[in-house]
Amino acid sequence: MNIHEYQAKEILSAYDIPVPRGRVAVTADQVERKAKMLGGRCVVKAQIYAGGRGKAGGVQVAYHPEQAHEIAKEMFGKRLVTPQTGPEGLKVRRILVEETVEVGREYYLSIALDRESSRYCFIASAEGGVNIEEVAATTPEKIHKLFIDPYTGLRGYQARRLAHAIGLEGSVAEDCVQLILNLYRCCLDKDCSLIEINPLVVTKAGWLLALDAKINFDDNALFRHWEYHEMQDYSQMEPLEISAGKFDLAYIKLDGNIGCMVNGAGLAMATLDVLKEKGGEPANFLDVGGGATREKVAEAFRIILQDKDVKGVFVNIFGGIMRCDVIAQGIIEAAGDSQCLLPIVVRMDGSQVEEGKSLLANSGLNVQCADFLGEGAERIVAMLKEFEEAE
Amino acid sequence: MSILINSQTKVIVQGITGKTGLFHTRECRAYGTNIVGGVTPGKGGIHVDGIPVFDTMEEAVRVTGGTVSMIFVPPPGAADAILEACDAGVDLVVCITEGVPVKDMVLTRRVLADSNTLLIGPNCPGLITPGQCKIGIMPGYIHKPGKIGVVSRSGTLTYEAVKQLTDVGLGQSTCVGIGGDPIIGMKFVDVLKRFNDDPDTEGVLMIGEIGGCAEEEAAAWVKENMTKPVAGFIAGRTAPPGKRMGHAGAIISGGKGRAEDKIAAMTACGITVATSPTTMGEAMLKALGQA
Repeated sequence: MNIHEYQAKEILSAYDIPVPRGRVAVTADQVERKAKMLGGRCVVKAQIYAGGRGKAGGVQVAYHPEQAHEIAKEMFGKRLVTPQTGPEGLKVRRILVEETVEVGREYYLSIALDRESSRYCFIASAEGGVNIEEVAATTPEKIHKLFIDPYTGLRGYQARRLAHAIGLEGSVAEDCVQLILNLYRCCLDKDCSLIEINPLVVTKAGWLLALDAKINFDDNALFRHWEYHEMQDYSQMEPLEISAGKFDLAYIKLDGNIGCMVNGAGLAMATLDVLKEKGGEPANFLDVGGGATREKVAEAFRIILQDKDVKGVFVNIFGGIMRCDVIAQGIIEAAGDSQCLLPIVVRMDGSQVEEGKSLLANSGLNVQCADFLGEGAERIVAMLKEFEEAE
Repeated sequence: MSILINSQTKVIVQGITGKTGLFHTRECRAYGTNIVGGVTPGKGGIHVDGIPVFDTMEEAVRVTGGTVSMIFVPPPGAADAILEACDAGVDLVVCITEGVPVKDMVLTRRVLADSNTLLIGPNCPGLITPGQCKIGIMPGYIHKPGKIGVVSRSGTLTYEAVKQLTDVGLGQSTCVGIGGDPIIGMKFVDVLKRFNDDPDTEGVLMIGEIGGCAEEEAAAWVKENMTKPVAGFIAGRTAPPGKRMGHAGAIISGGKGRAEDKIAAMTACGITVATSPTTMGEAMLKALGQA
């Protein structure tokens, strides 16, 4: 789960990690007022669920409150497109107004899970800032990693070694040790899958400051952090993705016109691969979960049909233990409710396959069944073509 | 022959009285799995379908002599259940539970690394030695006893792969779903090693997907050590680059993780990679020199 920069900074601040003074605003007038409170000169930062904002114009310095108002007015309502948002961009609904900082030097610091070692890992570099991925790719020796043994936790000397590795010395290095220890505590307490401070800066006056901050929470741990549900900003998400989330369905909108419903993420990805191979364009990725139930299948079908781009539906359910007649009933129920005339191809495997097929055949829907994955994909692509030609 | 489990394996089910746990206990038993006991704290002393239920794993193992545990405990207690099984000294823990917090798994995996207990999962379909023993939620009927080992990160895609193997006439020695979570117990390499050492496994089908670099690691191991033909498939070739946040993931993976990187690494290491998910069975035949 993602949260905004200003929320991440509130959390870090609660762990004694220094952040610039700032306030969040939802209108241009508010931005102007907060700018005045900060003395006029300020940084106006668009709050979206993606990075790369700076280069896209989502972070700008204002020299007086009226200018902050102007910048904010332009940002609000606009869709900010960055390399991390996808081509459609994200709407700006909230803006963080922050004091300006005299930056001495920029560093990079993050903690994330490392799959290979199955441990949390700190990553630090003296080359912080917007080009950090390039630094990692071209000069990996400038990236320092610290893996944490969960038995010992993070020790002070390890944090010190990391601070020295990125070239910090004296009292700033000791401040950084404390910051790293606090960051680790925060990561565990809050079940974060990522905390990234980029840049971490040393100001000209010699203070450490988290100038930007990103936090991702581990979705699996949300059950023990009810406070996170209120932090979610739904304006940053696809409406259909939100309704899918309510039914515990993994849905991602894509650019094509064939709606897909599959059980299991791996099989869902493989299904998209086959559709493309056969010349089709999937309209979405939708995983109804390994053990799809009738209710979930029906909900998933409704969500797919709400997407106006969908001109046909391909269902690929490899249940095995699930009963295909029950799955068929779910499809018929949802398609009937939505008065769906679109071509549908259903590929099911499991018990009661024949009963499921005959239910579908007698449903009055424009549906065909397939026994194999490739055959099903070919059929929906062909049906779609016929359907489009007939129109 | 087979790896990890066979007709002699004695299984204890943790979370046996829950809806899912009981359903799959019955399914596994119907397949022929020897389920000797179950554990649900607070329900010790009762029997379900004639299977004795215990309060703790320690007692269950002591009384029944079970050596493998299958876990259906919900996420908040799943890591605890794995640690309890490990503490009770079972050889293998199969955690089916989906949604275990990463933080819990970091510590759990560290404890397991210092023990003699192996873990499969979490968030996995389990494993099956066709005709002998099924410990998991996969449909038994698509499998057929034979000589191909299957190892996969995915659930239902594994069923598809197994069905294709059976359809082209290739039976399976053992099929292992290692799970798709960031932190899992046995990885591709751990399973490949056992298939390599199993005299009755003649070839291996390895199913991966985008993300992480476990497939690249496995491919390098295959090149150095594997004496048997390996075929493979990677799901997600056409997946759009995900919306993401932050740089740490990209820095950690160092440019690995995309389908084309994995396919290239696997091919370079002598693995026959199926270009389409519809040709996984054929790819295995090809690797065996039978196509």
